[in-house]
Amino acid sequence: MHNPFFVTYFVIIPLLSAFLISIIGKYVKHRYVEMVASISCFLLLVFSLQGLNILRKASDSVLVYKLGGWALPFGICMVFDGLAGFMLFTVNLIAFLICLYSINYMEKYTDKPKFFTLFFLMLTGMNGLIITGDLFNLFVFLEVASISSYALVAFGTEAEELEASFKYAIMGSVASCFIFLGIALLYGFASTLNMADMANVLSTKPSNWLIPFVSVLFLMGFGLKAALVPFHGWLPDAHSSAPASISAMLSGVLIKTLGLYALMRIFFNVLGVSGIYLSALMFLGALSIIVALVLAVVQWDIKRLLAYSTISQIGYIVLGIGLGTPLGILGGLFHLFNHSTSKSLLFLNAGAVDYSINTRDLREMSGLKQKMPVTANTNLIGSVAISGIPPFHGFFSKLIIVLACIQRGFIGYALAAVIGSLLTLSAVMKMQRYAFLGELKEQYKNIKEVPFLMKFSMSCLAIICIVGGILLLPNLKFFLDSAVNVILEGRDYGRLVMEASIR
Amino acid sequence: MKDDSKIGMSLIVKTITRLIVGPILIFGAYIMLRGHLSPGGGFAGGVIIALSFVLLILAFGRDAKVSKVSINLASNLESIGALMFLCVALLGFLGGSFFLNILNKGVPFKLFSAGTIPLSNLSIGLKVGVGLFAIFLALVILEGTKKNK
Repeated sequence: MHNPFFVTYFVIIPLLSAFLISIIGKYVKHRYVEMVASISCFLLLVFSLQGLNILRKASDSVLVYKLGGWALPFGICMVFDGLAGFMLFTVNLIAFLICLYSINYMEKYTDKPKFFTLFFLMLTGMNGLIITGDLFNLFVFLEVASISSYALVAFGTEAEELEASFKYAIMGSVASCFIFLGIALLYGFASTLNMADMANVLSTKPSNWLIPFVSVLFLMGFGLKAALVPFHGWLPDAHSSAPASISAMLSGVLIKTLGLYALMRIFFNVLGVSGIYLSALMFLGALSIIVALVLAVVQWDIKRLLAYSTISQIGYIVLGIGLGTPLGILGGLFHLFNHSTSKSLLFLNAGAVDYSINTRDLREMSGLKQKMPVTANTNLIGSVAISGIPPFHGFFSKLIIVLACIQRGFIGYALAAVIGSLLTLSAVMKMQRYAFLGELKEQYKNIKEVPFLMKFSMSCLAIICIVGGILLLPNLKFFLDSAVNVILEGRDYGRLVMEASIR
Repeated sequence: MKDDSKIGMSLIVKTITRLIVGPILIFGAYIMLRGHLSPGGGFAGGVIIALSFVLLILAFGRDAKVSKVSINLASNLESIGALMFLCVALLGFLGGSFFLNILNKGVPFKLFSAGTIPLSNLSIGLKVGVGLFAIFLALVILEGTKKNK
């Protein structure tokens, strides 16, 4: 049995570095702040790899860490299982690369230590939400991550950014209210807040009107956080006005952790929903795919275009997971990982363009490929990967989702996924065509390629986009399979966690 | 404490404030220190302590310099409060588990009991109190810059 000690580091390290940076940032050079930030991001990545190593040896392993040594239904616990390991690796990989990127990119803004403080608080919230086994703790970490992201969206403090942040804060608070109300009602019904214990209690109690009501509350709350289509109004503003590294973080991992991961965990492992809720998820997913892409194609602001495209890719993930079959969930989770890497890459490209020529309007740029070859080529890779051209990783995940739709007999949804793929291609190719191809404009004759660390993190993400398909090979498939198994086990989660806590 | 009748509120408010600030401060400390024995705790105590400072600034005006805590010091102290709380939690690692209460629990319902819980209350009180005060100062400064325009 492995020692689950390392699980706590996912909360301790970012929290410690957040407040450490906030104190030392005023007195030491920025170089040391950057060093602290990149070292702690690197440590987090190493610990998440250690978690993957445990899953590689036994893909059904569940590690439970009891805070303060209190026995389970009474104390608060942290649970590390396949799904948590999958999400932790995704989040910390993206966070590490974005941290490196921000070191150069944030020179544009004034207060780098404040940025890193908020960045690490957001990371604390996300890691904590993934690792926690307690429903109220989940809410607290959700709020930590959301509130620091409201502040990060407003980091530029221009009128546009403040407006976006205000809108985001209002919508986020409404979502939190729904989630909190749902948690309160569940607590009243089950008399426990521990997720494993709650799953056990709910499976023995006769179901009544409360569970559907709470499910709808959670669907609205987490749907708002994940920006599914009827709830997507805040996302384009917030993601386009944040600093590019934060857009990449928000779009790449934050909405997936706060929205989708929490939704999956509560719906499948605690409430054990099926039938009509999954149909609702599928419908919302297919709706998101089509509506958001139609909106994306007509945008002229690079980051707005990418933000709308994010909504549609979230639709793919929700469609895959809503199918409820092993193949569909596999496709959904694989697309979650693929979208994290490729969309972060595209946002970082948009940030690099913004860094060099100070505009986000596609009509004002042209022919940048001659001056910024790394940005242009990584952008091409990210674009084709996200729109699902073989052999990039996006192809495999979209193929699996389409196959799973056909397997269940949902031809309409499969068609929506295919059409969505074409629309994605046209949206991202618009960016490629207007920004990088064509004649170089006169006023951009003197621009330079972006600094080394920005190029480095973009290249790393591009490499992941190219070779990401290998995650489906038998030797590496444990990464996805262990996560899929956790979702499929449903309310058995409660029993497994309880057994693991006694060991 | 400069007594300039030009700035701040009326003499009645200032006198009452001067009388009442001390008791509020002591009450806040009481709530904070006895958090492990009676209702209250670090958060509530911190808020009450912060409000006593807020009351001073409201009564005597922004420019009266009634409090020695600048916004820079406030933000530093806030981070220190958070780090203190984390350290109390990390102290548990000495006994083998995160957040483990390793200190002597003492006799129940005595002031010095319950191990690390009073320490956590103190650090939360510091963080919340100073944080709330820093937010208030930031709002006051923002209001000032708006008037100057």
